[in-house]
Amino acid sequence: MSRAPLSHACAAVLRRDLTLAWRRRGDIAMPVLYALIVATLFPFALGPEEALLQRIAAGVVLVTVLLAMLLALDAMFRSDIEDGSLEQLVLAPQPLALMLAMKILAHWLTTALPLIVIAPLLAGMLHLPMAVMGVLLLALLLATPMLSLLGAVLVALTAGTRRSGMLLALMLLPLCVPVVIFAAGAVAAAQQGLPWVAPIAWLGAALALALVLAPLACATALRIALDA
Amino acid sequence: MTAAHAIPLLQARGLSFLRADEPVFGPLDFVLHAGELALVEGDNGSGKTTLLRLLAGLLHVGTGGLDWRGQPWQRDACAGEILFLGHQLALKADLSPAENLRIAAGLHGRRPGRNIANVLADVGLAGYEDEPVRRLSAGQKKRAALARLLLLPAALWLLDEPYANLDRAGIALVNRLLEGHITAGGAALVTSHGAVSFHGGEPRRIRMHA
Repeated sequence: MSRAPLSHACAAVLRRDLTLAWRRRGDIAMPVLYALIVATLFPFALGPEEALLQRIAAGVVLVTVLLAMLLALDAMFRSDIEDGSLEQLVLAPQPLALMLAMKILAHWLTTALPLIVIAPLLAGMLHLPMAVMGVLLLALLLATPMLSLLGAVLVALTAGTRRSGMLLALMLLPLCVPVVIFAAGAVAAAQQGLPWVAPIAWLGAALALALVLAPLACATALRIALDA
Repeated sequence: MTAAHAIPLLQARGLSFLRADEPVFGPLDFVLHAGELALVEGDNGSGKTTLLRLLAGLLHVGTGGLDWRGQPWQRDACAGEILFLGHQLALKADLSPAENLRIAAGLHGRRPGRNIANVLADVGLAGYEDEPVRRLSAGQKKRAALARLLLLPAALWLLDEPYANLDRAGIALVNRLLEGHITAGGAALVTSHGAVSFHGGEPRRIRMHA
């Protein structure tokens, strides 16, 4: 009997989720369109005054991306629970936390990355100066994986409950507050010509911590959710 | 069927599972050796599926003890030795049977001499390798799930209602798979409502008393 090597298992899980996302590419476009529409609503509501939009641009983009990610988060494990794939993943002779990390990575690649790609467009619509665009993208690159990781833990915790979408939002949004503060803080500092490395470094440190701990918590939560 | 191994593959001593402090089944006592087949019998709601999910490692032992190869049951000790086939077939509807098997093989490894093409041919799905699972019939989906049993290495099969949705040829297929597994020294626990005839001796029976 030949045991599957860890690298094959990781690749299998990652490839499966990416293939599934590709077969349902329409679903990938939904959060992107949602973010586009929400960001467009702000100039309509607040008026096209450039100075005002410039000041709120980074915050609007961050919150919009966050809410758009929340839309897709609910689906992270849903279909896998419904068709029994998750049970098989739990029973596979592989470290569950690592397999879940692959699933979270696939989820980030298919939901957050498209949002980051259109973020400059959203920020441009709100007159964010080109000079700070890099800082915004850096903040998003660090903040969105945090949301995916934290979200995965909460999705796993609520896996047993039906219609968990609203509950998930209520649980996740308070946890996002520090992420939003540091990410928006970095962009605001850059806009004012102040040093912006410190908040970015904090985001990076928090991400490193979440990267290690969240998959473990997610694995434990899923085992508990299935054990009922 | 009289494999007189000193150490049984699986041994339950007063095993039960509690849901909200109420026992779902048990206490059960049984022993399963390598090369043995046991039929789990019981009415609807008697806890057959719960027993299988517990043995697979999805549920925790309520009371009593469970030994795996003579040692108290531990997740790591029997990882990769048990295959569980439940009511949910764990097939991705958007992927083809071949793609579904490739994922399973990536996670579990493969039996020597087995590959995706020949196990799909063995379960009668030749020609459907690349068809999305959603377009297959219920019986064909079941066959695609059964192909996993042939492809992945495991000592113990836990099959929950493997005969459901299958035609006469499919039932014969399950019996053939079980026979091959048992003669190769594997063990299996099978739940079934219907009277099922096994070739090669009378299977052992585990009665669930509700």
